Amino acid sequence: MRHDVILRVIAKLLIPFILLFALYVQFHGDFGPGGGFQAGVILAAAVIFYGLIYGLADARKLVPEAVVESMMAIGVLIYGGVGVAGLLLGGNYLDYFVLDPNPVHGQHRGIFWVEVGVAVTVSGVMLKIFYMFADRGRVDE
Amino acid sequence: MNLAPHLPALQVVVPLLAAPLTVLLRRRSVAFAVALAASWVALAIAVALWLRVAEGGTISYAIGNWPAPWGIEYRVDALSAFVLVLVTGIAALVLPYSRASIEAEVPPQKHYLFYTMFALCLAGLLGITITGDAFNTFVFLEISSLSIYVLIALGRDRRALLAAYQYLIMGTIGATFIVIGIGLLYLMTGTLNLADMGRRLAAVQGTRPVLAALAFLTVGLSLKLALFPLHQWLPNAYAFAPSAVSAFIAATATKVAVYVLLRFYYSVFGESAVFARLPMQEAMLLLALAGIFVASTVAIFQTDLKRLFAYSSVGQIGYIILGLSFDSTSGLTATIVHLFNHGVTKGAIFLLLGGVALVTGGTSLARIQGLGKRMPLTSFGIVLCGLSLIGIPGTAGFVSKWYLIRAAFEKGQWWLAFLIVASSLLAAAYVWRFVEAAYFREPRKDLTEGAKVPRSMAIPSGLLVATVVYFGLDTSFTVGSAAQAAALLLGGLR
Amino acid sequence: MTLAGTGMTLGGHFTYFITLFLMIAGLFIVIARGNLIKKLVGLSIFQTSVYLLYIAPGKLVGGTAPILSDAFTVYSNPLPHVLILTAIVVGVATLALGLALVVRIREAYGSIEEDEILSLDAAPSRAEQQE
Repeated sequence: MRHDVILRVIAKLLIPFILLFALYVQFHGDFGPGGGFQAGVILAAAVIFYGLIYGLADARKLVPEAVVESMMAIGVLIYGGVGVAGLLLGGNYLDYFVLDPNPVHGQHRGIFWVEVGVAVTVSGVMLKIFYMFADRGRVDE
Repeated sequence: MNLAPHLPALQVVVPLLAAPLTVLLRRRSVAFAVALAASWVALAIAVALWLRVAEGGTISYAIGNWPAPWGIEYRVDALSAFVLVLVTGIAALVLPYSRASIEAEVPPQKHYLFYTMFALCLAGLLGITITGDAFNTFVFLEISSLSIYVLIALGRDRRALLAAYQYLIMGTIGATFIVIGIGLLYLMTGTLNLADMGRRLAAVQGTRPVLAALAFLTVGLSLKLALFPLHQWLPNAYAFAPSAVSAFIAATATKVAVYVLLRFYYSVFGESAVFARLPMQEAMLLLALAGIFVASTVAIFQTDLKRLFAYSSVGQIGYIILGLSFDSTSGLTATIVHLFNHGVTKGAIFLLLGGVALVTGGTSLARIQGLGKRMPLTSFGIVLCGLSLIGIPGTAGFVSKWYLIRAAFEKGQWWLAFLIVASSLLAAAYVWRFVEAAYFREPRKDLTEGAKVPRSMAIPSGLLVATVVYFGLDTSFTVGSAAQAAALLLGGLR
Repeated sequence: MTLAGTGMTLGGHFTYFITLFLMIAGLFIVIARGNLIKKLVGLSIFQTSVYLLYIAPGKLVGGTAPILSDAFTVYSNPLPHVLILTAIVVGVATLALGLALVVRIREAYGSIEEDEILSLDAAPSRAEQQE
């Protein structure tokens, strides 16, 4: 689809809004429907969309494979790190109450970082799946 | 800060966080070190937990500081502490072994992923064992199962892919059945905490959804623990997985599924609901006996050692379920003891077979002819474990058979005791297949001269064989823990 | 309309019938189809039926999201949604892994029909036995 001008222009127009929407879903997850899982998928969808229009090689340049793989791991580590932070601050594992002197803020903070972890891992995994399947049978290994 | 009260959480969290670390670090030597450290720390935690449970009784831990019926509770009692020691012990021995073993069997660029999956699988199995929450059990079950599918698919043979796929289909059906069962229980009781569920179930016991839940859970878990005739996935999965993986899953995965079955039967439904009102005893007895006899007979006719011992596993799981079907304290003790003893024995056999595969290039009976001369120690180890499978005194297998036969006599079912002894002859027959090939045949000429089992593989295998013998002579740990666990399961609910 | 002997009304329990239909249809596809992809499709349908089994009873007619407010007294149960979100993730992971395995099986065997693959495997294992 390299020569399809309309698609390329529309994609360029749409992708910033998709990314923005992902951020909205991510950060509005505390108050309304949304959260890390959905945001991660939308984030990955933007990159996948880019890859479909501009080709896999360009998508790889935008988000390299190594980054994707690290994302999968870092997200889990952020999630687990929140739990360990609870331990270090004297609470149980994944105890959000102790993350802030005000327990309500503590809950808020805990959920925020957990959702960040989820979003990072989910978008990493979605992209990894896309790369793996899109690659097969095309590039000779 | 004091970490001691947080051991139940750390038991799962340590291997769970080791998994992403191995992905990030990538270098296989570093990934190996991380996974090894995690598995040894996990073993230390499990032993510490076992000691604390033996001293002070059940430990309850509230994840996120949300108290039990609402939040997720981690619960360590006599039974789960015992299973934790088995799983972490096997993992701590298999990991150092796996380094040299996968060097020969898995392409090098995938090594760090092997350690990731291994750590994830360990975290999943430990999570199933330690959690006191029904849905959490399912989640951990799927974490361990998905990583096991990947580990099996790493096998050299292309048939490993098909084995992994078939296991994925069967395993997912099993897991979905389990979720349906848990869902029905949740709809009837409004709680997911296993202990709380057990209490509330008393009010709705015997209603149709609860019976349906029992049926779904039984079938789902039977698929996971490979109860005959739902064992179809097992032989190929064990046979084509990399050696280290075969050893690990043969020793732990099905055993943990048995643990979940015990947990649901005794802690949730209650022993009286399962065995008194339904013909469960007869059904279990029949399936267990069919499994023992059919699978052991099939094992005799296998031409590949890994497949032979895989079928033997199906038979041995029959013994585990047989103990359950007695519905008595000694029967349950036999089940729990055999769960441990068979785990250790099968783990040792598959570790030794990994060494055999490395030296001779395969495990088919034709290939290992004359192995007794070529690899005397390994052959001797396999024979020792074989004796444990038969149930010869002085090996771990004898202890479990002894308790099974005692349970049969207690019930006055002497014919069952006779069948148990008769089935041992079948085990003797398939072990003899190995002895015959290894000791009474001339060695093949093309056995690669000079190839040796690396020390990092020989020591863990040797240690595990030593445990098989040790637990045949000193039963204070195995039988003691099992009897305590059986008393806990039966006593709490009568 | 009541079903004979069960006391269940068709209208009141229609979600259960849909659930059951999906469950059995999915399981049937898994068992009856030889195509590895179709088997996975069946497996997904089977899993989807469970999502429905959990979520449908969580909804109360007239119930609202469980956010405390003086204006509402009836709340729907949010827990099934959370559980099923987790189950969906597990389902996605299973499906992705299953499809990845199918891709590799296709590369190794050149087919995704179960009977063809099994016949391809039967040949080398016979050769092995004669070894």
